[in-house]
Amino acid sequence: MSVREHTSAPGSEIAPGEQITLIKPLRGWVSLGLDEVWRYRELLFFFIWRDIKVRYKQTLLGAAWAILQPLFTMVVFSIFFGRLAKIPSDGIPYPIFSYAGLLPWTFFATGLTNGANSVVRDANLVKRVYFPRLITPISAVVGGLPDFFLAFLVLIGMMIYYGLFPTAASLLLLPLCLLLALTTSMGVGLWLSALNAEYRDVRYVVPFLTQFWMYATPVVYPSSLLDEPWRTLYGLNPMVSVVEGFRWSLLGQGETVPLMFALSAVASLALLVSGAFFFRRMERRFADVV
Amino acid sequence: MALPALKPNTAIQVVGLGKKYRIGGIIDRNKTLRDSLGSITRSRVRALRARQRGGTRSRREDNTFWALRDVSFEVERGEVLGVIGRNGAGKSTLLKVLTRIMPPDEGYARIRGRVGSLLEVGTGFHGELTGRENIYLNGAILGMHRYEIDRKFDEIVEFAGVARFIDTPVKRYSSGMYLRLAFSVAAHLEPEILLVDEVLAVGDAEFQKKCLGKMGDVAGEGRTVLFVSHNMDAVRQLCQSALWLERGGIQALDPVGDVIKAYLADTALNRTADIFPVMDRRYGIGIEDLRLTLAADPVSGALDLRVELDVHADAALPRIGIGFGLMTDTGARVVHLDERLTDFVFDMQPGSNHFLLECSAVDRLLAAGDYIVSVWLAMPNVGNLVEIDRAATIHIPGVDFYGSGHYVDVHKHGPLLFPLQIRRAEPARPAE
Repeated sequence: MSVREHTSAPGSEIAPGEQITLIKPLRGWVSLGLDEVWRYRELLFFFIWRDIKVRYKQTLLGAAWAILQPLFTMVVFSIFFGRLAKIPSDGIPYPIFSYAGLLPWTFFATGLTNGANSVVRDANLVKRVYFPRLITPISAVVGGLPDFFLAFLVLIGMMIYYGLFPTAASLLLLPLCLLLALTTSMGVGLWLSALNAEYRDVRYVVPFLTQFWMYATPVVYPSSLLDEPWRTLYGLNPMVSVVEGFRWSLLGQGETVPLMFALSAVASLALLVSGAFFFRRMERRFADVV
Repeated sequence: MALPALKPNTAIQVVGLGKKYRIGGIIDRNKTLRDSLGSITRSRVRALRARQRGGTRSRREDNTFWALRDVSFEVERGEVLGVIGRNGAGKSTLLKVLTRIMPPDEGYARIRGRVGSLLEVGTGFHGELTGRENIYLNGAILGMHRYEIDRKFDEIVEFAGVARFIDTPVKRYSSGMYLRLAFSVAAHLEPEILLVDEVLAVGDAEFQKKCLGKMGDVAGEGRTVLFVSHNMDAVRQLCQSALWLERGGIQALDPVGDVIKAYLADTALNRTADIFPVMDRRYGIGIEDLRLTLAADPVSGALDLRVELDVHADAALPRIGIGFGLMTDTGARVVHLDERLTDFVFDMQPGSNHFLLECSAVDRLLAAGDYIVSVWLAMPNVGNLVEIDRAATIHIPGVDFYGSGHYVDVHKHGPLLFPLQIRRAEPARPAE
């Protein structure tokens, strides 16, 4: 007979009658329970699947929205920032410069917003069924990936049009940038979703936060506008490295600063880990407050 | 935590379990509602016991409210345990702790095997998804594996009777179809331990019968069931023993018949003085007092039921519904008159409002037996604000309604005096 703490998950290999769940008070900081998240991976998959399936139901244009949103934003930015304000773009045509920035940015901002709303949106579930609560924000953030890949197709089209091609070596950085965007988005999403459960103010803060954060990220301008050491320190905002990394690896333009990238990775990991622990600490009250 | 080994035959072990809620601060419908309901059930017996234990049972200490405290019991494998008690007694909290929806604040519980809950059927259903998709999603939420769902898919669809609409988004389902599908998924979960909360309140009579049957099957297969219900007939039918919760603690845990009898005999209003006023703090309205009389009419001799109801409102409140219900002493519903049905809706003035609920000649309507009266205040579109679940028991004496020399007995013949007549019909004569 084995005694496990807080494990009534499906997928356990122990004979069903022998599995004992201990339910006891939780105090202070607790472990992340990632083993249990893993045992519930099927549910995680179902949540992601549901989000994707439902997202564009009863819309006329369906998944085309995933492309139209960054595309129109790019057009507007190109007119106002590129043409009228003549913001420099590291020698790349402004439309593809801004689109290459908007692509990871949109993924990040959508993930952050969905993540922040995830626990409240799934309040019905949280109040009635047990599952590792971490699944909710994780699925909300990861569920944004298909939209990202759809919008990526447009970027490939633009690259062909402008004749800008990456080198095989620089392409290797791309998955890392995507991963960095994912962890940052999830880190912030975890913080905000846990706070949102208790304080609904969060939902009013999120639109401002994403807007300010976008202007604090070199989406419409290049980070080369800043002098060192400020440019490297700028990497404390992990999205700086994500956006610059995208441009560098895909368009072969601009430059990467390894130190800036390292700074971003550390900042992003700190957000993710602290967010996950904070979430775990708050989650025991979710059923009472959502 | 070093705990003694669980006896091999024990399915659920609960030791000193406690769960508290914070009150005040955050405005939470449940909390304030629970709070107001909790005060209804105060009884002298409990108060006395609390004093004997040195006041440890006090429900309130620094803005916290113990929804559950000092609860210990064990359930053996294959046992079907009914959990009964008034609203706010802690039944749902107990289930929520046992299903790990919320952690306890004291004590611990150990559970052997997979737990399935029917805390609320249809949890996680998404209106935009089809019946088929929802079966998979809901199954996963309830802890089923994909292959398990594959295997039981046809059975689930058949039980729910929605085969024709299986690829239609469930938002187009009728509410009955929706509930049937939801229950069907949950019922096919086949956990070792099933926790059920009032699911039998859903669906039409036909479906309820089906559900009871399914629960009976589950119990028959040697699975452990915890069944929370207000439906005493269902509890009696399904359970061997029952746990009676009162104000967050255990009042009784005995064979089902004894517990139900004791529970129903314990009517709150025989101890009127200490329960009023029963207030809803959100809206500042409540019941200040309630006096019930059953008196013979001097002329006809029939019994007239009169309830004088004093409602207090902090400020003027428009459109407050007054509801009235009767059930038999075994818990079967006789009437349930809510304001949507009756339109007994009144504008409350600040201060005291007096109402008189009258029904004349009740002994000409009801069969002989004991009936439990409940009264509540409701706000349309919000729900019940204040509920006095079991305001009083009234005794209806026997009447020889059919002139046969026999009384109509509620338990033998049903609650109604039904003016049936049977006469021989003369065959129609051919016209000449």
